[in-house]
Amino acid sequence: MTAKDIIKPENLVYTKTKIMTDTPMHYCPGCSHGVIHKLISEAIEEMGIQDKTIGVAPVGCAVFAYNYIDIDFQEAAHGRAPAIATAIKRLQPDKCVFTYQGDGDLAAIGTAETIHACNRGENIAIFFVNNAIYGMTGGQMAPTTLEGMKTATCPYGRNTDLYGFPLKISNLLAELDGTCYVTRQSVHKVANIVRAKKAIKKALQNSMDGKGTSVVEFVSTCNSGWKMSPHKANLWMEENMFAKYPLGDLKDTEKKHYEK
Amino acid sequence: MKTEIIIAGFGGQGVLSMGKILAYAGLLQGKEITWMPAYGPEQRGGTANVTVILSDERISSPILQQFDIVVVLNQPSMDKFEPRVKAGGILLYDSNGMTRKPKRKDISVYRIDATDMATEMNAPKTFNMLVLGGLLTVAPVVAVEDVMSGLKKTLPERHHHLLPANEAALRKGMEIIEKEN
Amino acid sequence: MEEIKLMKGNEAIAHAAIRCGCDGYFGYPITPQSEVMETLMKEKPWETTGMVVLQAESELAAINMVYGGAGCGKKVFTSSSSPGVSLKQEGISYIACAELPCLIVNVMRGGPGLGTIQPSQADYFQAVKGGGHGDYRLIVLAPSSVQEMADFTVLAFDLAFKYNTPSMLLADGIIGQMMEKVVLPPFVPRRTDEEVRNQCPWATTGKVGRKSNVITSLALEAEVMQETNLRLQRKYAQIVEHEVRFEEVQCDDADYILVAFGSCARIGEKVVELARNEGIKLGLLRPITLWPFPTKEIQRLAKQVKGFMSLELSVGQMVEDVRLAVNGLVPVEFYGRQGGVVPLAEETLVALKQKLVK
Repeated sequence: MTAKDIIKPENLVYTKTKIMTDTPMHYCPGCSHGVIHKLISEAIEEMGIQDKTIGVAPVGCAVFAYNYIDIDFQEAAHGRAPAIATAIKRLQPDKCVFTYQGDGDLAAIGTAETIHACNRGENIAIFFVNNAIYGMTGGQMAPTTLEGMKTATCPYGRNTDLYGFPLKISNLLAELDGTCYVTRQSVHKVANIVRAKKAIKKALQNSMDGKGTSVVEFVSTCNSGWKMSPHKANLWMEENMFAKYPLGDLKDTEKKHYEK
Repeated sequence: MKTEIIIAGFGGQGVLSMGKILAYAGLLQGKEITWMPAYGPEQRGGTANVTVILSDERISSPILQQFDIVVVLNQPSMDKFEPRVKAGGILLYDSNGMTRKPKRKDISVYRIDATDMATEMNAPKTFNMLVLGGLLTVAPVVAVEDVMSGLKKTLPERHHHLLPANEAALRKGMEIIEKEN
Repeated sequence: MEEIKLMKGNEAIAHAAIRCGCDGYFGYPITPQSEVMETLMKEKPWETTGMVVLQAESELAAINMVYGGAGCGKKVFTSSSSPGVSLKQEGISYIACAELPCLIVNVMRGGPGLGTIQPSQADYFQAVKGGGHGDYRLIVLAPSSVQEMADFTVLAFDLAFKYNTPSMLLADGIIGQMMEKVVLPPFVPRRTDEEVRNQCPWATTGKVGRKSNVITSLALEAEVMQETNLRLQRKYAQIVEHEVRFEEVQCDDADYILVAFGSCARIGEKVVELARNEGIKLGLLRPITLWPFPTKEIQRLAKQVKGFMSLELSVGQMVEDVRLAVNGLVPVEFYGRQGGVVPLAEETLVALKQKLVK
């Protein structure tokens, strides 16, 4: 088989979803954002809701999410995405609305907006990328930074006596009556990617169906911020991040029993 | 023609609503109206006052130095507003709890024992209507029928059964007002 | 026949908003403007016009809800009082840069800090000079009666959509809390989705048959951000050219001009009356738009009068803009009261005579 045969349409085994633009991504090699963007885009395409979906981008590494996912987008001030999404969904109830936020955005500066949007049961999906560090500003301590983990603003490791504890914000959000679906996923292995995409679809569908707030946390790596190779970062995540932030559903009101 | 009125007393005496009833009555008579309260939750239990301006022309300042008619329902209000009655103007006061009589001689002073009468009538909540009745007797700035319409407008519908008692108090107030100076 | 109602300034804003086809309100309670949201909640417009009314968890959330709604091309507003408006400044800066039309109401109270709930005009600088970060302006309207609270709510929305820029109603506790007669604006239905898409083709209404719309205030490249700034300035120049509004009372033969806005303009009218009784030819210039400021009119008057005095509920903020306009041609004095205290017409006349009338 020659190269000419390989590129024939009938021999294609994979095409990039049309919801993703051709803009080259600014993310570091090994970063989880690219995979999550792709999964969201694929979900939008497969659900046929490109014309109905409005995203809200955060301040953080994903600030340019609107350059990569080809839907209408609003760029939020740091932490305010859930407030913006609240208004978008309330004023256009037929739309599918999601926020895309990092740990600093969602669990530090935007804690109030996050908790109250979830508590009101806003019919939005919240995609929460937790890599335990502020990536865009150069690797500072996040609310989700693990105990002992070194960052630019805790260079000797996070001392919980001084800086508090890693915040399991999704557990907190699962406790709120307004959330209908809270799950913790990862995108570092094929099996995880498959599960993560299912979670994304479910969250988007919940927004369409007006079932309440869905939160999909992606436990992720930041190999640049963690100062590791992508492979090593994945291993470190499995060993350390999953211990503190175990994967799986925290809440699913459609199912009778769920783990707390 | 412009009448500038201030009603002052304790929060809970119905000061603001008395002003509102006057304002609504003025509205029904086609007058220009400004109703300006000393506002805020901290007024509860403390002193409360409301300025009501009724005019045939555009009203300028809602904040006034002097008034044509001053209604005072407690001693602090008497102390504060007696000096601010325009010469030749009217001061009307309820005697309950007052430690001194008004001093001014260049104004008309009227007393109404409205607190006592409200107690006697076993209708403490109609206190402000007694005062209003007295006020309308000495200064008929609005018509009694319009006051009753104004009251109907300001009172929530569930309280409309109280209208007759309020009208009775209004009429009683007209009887018991006394000129002192 | 038009129905004449008696209501508070704050209530008039709420009724006018419902009637002019407003799509949404997002606010947080604070004295002395809580009646705006209370009235909306009582009126239940979601059952009649479909307007959304939501009590937010903070002023920060409220202004960002306004950002989100305005980004959808919807007619949305928020209201607050001074400390709350300080909190909103971040969002206002973003809204101005993203060029979103919306209305922000500030029923001012005495500051700085937690201050007092009594009336003030000390947020003038914050409103007209741009209280948030960056080079931006708000269209600022200053109502001085309950009628204008209603009328300017409609006007502020119209101007916001005309220029795709946030506008502000800058009132104070007096105008918010007092009751006066008001004729409410006629009912205008909310725009249909199609009308919104036509009026606001840039809005996030869903990518249908066009490239995706992005609402953002971000441009990391300095040259791009500079172009954004220059575009904003060109728009502001248009607003300065076309949208200056003011009212004059007895300025034609005046020797002296009192400049006052909002509640102070009401007091100012009485000062004019008192001054004229004493044979002092005083006129009143009332800026209705505080930005754009009636600079040209003040320059015109400066050539024919002996002096100006600015009357404000502050330590003297607007007086700086009067001085800039007069540019040394005649004296410009200031009189005011601060921290919630309101000057009386009588004391203002005394000050005028001491400072200006020689």
